Amino acid sequence: MDQLPALAKVFGYLSLLTVGGGMAAFPELKTLVVGVHHWLTDTQLIHVYSVGQMAPGPNMMMVAAVGVKVAGLAGAAVAALAFFVPTGVLTFAIGRLWKRLGHWPWRTSIQQGLAPVAIGLAVAGTISLGHGAITNWVALALAVAVFAATLRTKINPALLILCGAVVGGIAFR
Amino acid sequence: MATSAAQTERELPAVLPSVTEVFLTFLVIGATSFGGGVVAYLRSALVAKKKWMDDVQFLELMSISNTLPGLNATNMSILAGDRLRGSVGSLAAMIGMCLPGFIFMTVAGILYGQHGDRPLVGAMLKGVAAAAVGLIAGTWYQIGKKTVKGFYDAFFILAAVLGVNHFKLGVPVTLLGVGALAIFANRPHKERVEGKKEEVAEWISSLR
Repeated sequence: MDQLPALAKVFGYLSLLTVGGGMAAFPELKTLVVGVHHWLTDTQLIHVYSVGQMAPGPNMMMVAAVGVKVAGLAGAAVAALAFFVPTGVLTFAIGRLWKRLGHWPWRTSIQQGLAPVAIGLAVAGTISLGHGAITNWVALALAVAVFAATLRTKINPALLILCGAVVGGIAFR
Repeated sequence: MATSAAQTERELPAVLPSVTEVFLTFLVIGATSFGGGVVAYLRSALVAKKKWMDDVQFLELMSISNTLPGLNATNMSILAGDRLRGSVGSLAAMIGMCLPGFIFMTVAGILYGQHGDRPLVGAMLKGVAAAAVGLIAGTWYQIGKKTVKGFYDAFFILAAVLGVNHFKLGVPVTLLGVGALAIFANRPHKERVEGKKEEVAEWISSLR
């Protein structure tokens, strides 16, 4: 229970870094959850994060799984609220201001400028995740196969990840 | 709701959905959008099926959502909910979108705590992690292909990657540093500003 304020602080802070999506925050998530607070090991974080890609809805709901591990159901609630409420309020406010911002010349600059930065941060996050997740040739082959299937087919991504579980269950045992 | 006319030039449908209807629609999306790609589910529900908005309105909300911190799934729920039913609709949409995934991941976290150290579970999760890396890389490759239009775009992608992974500057420093540079590189052109001077003056006075 004494971890609740720390959970709120960590996930409230991380939410501000999710420009372009949750992947951008992954390196910082790893630093805080594994390195600073020791809530999970490196491997556990990769597991929880990857399972989170299968969940329906926002793809960062894995914060609830971290919260529940640290402080039970209250931890799950605090982590999720801290992660989704501050940016939610910001979005609500900016959404109402947006029409006025329509004539502001820097609006387009911010939009165009941040697009490649968001991609770069997501790539950086993916590399950081890949470092821990791709530990041998079979894992690499699996990742490449899913990458190709994502580009060339319209298979539901959750099914691809389930396939990963089956292949992993057989190959990594 | 008095401000909504000022927010949208286009008319919203004559009969707006009830708050319950907004909640249930987002709850269904929140419960069925397995494997990410929530935006596609949202478009299919809000634009194609329910006809609560058109593609232009949807894209406008997307451009707000993309620029702000926060996930597209929740940002879009908040913005669309506000357009449809004001602040209460916004809250209903957000909760509907988040609730199923929250329950899913809380249960997953509890199960992981109980069974995570079994060898078979560990092996399966190793496969899940490898697949997730492929999936995320694929998704961002597709977004990148659509976004990168010139040298600057490629340069700022590379700068962000190197800032985090090579120079270990951390995400906040990289975001602020490279972000500021990128915004400056895309700064408004002088001619454009001159031409827009009146509009800007109008905009500034509208803020007061």
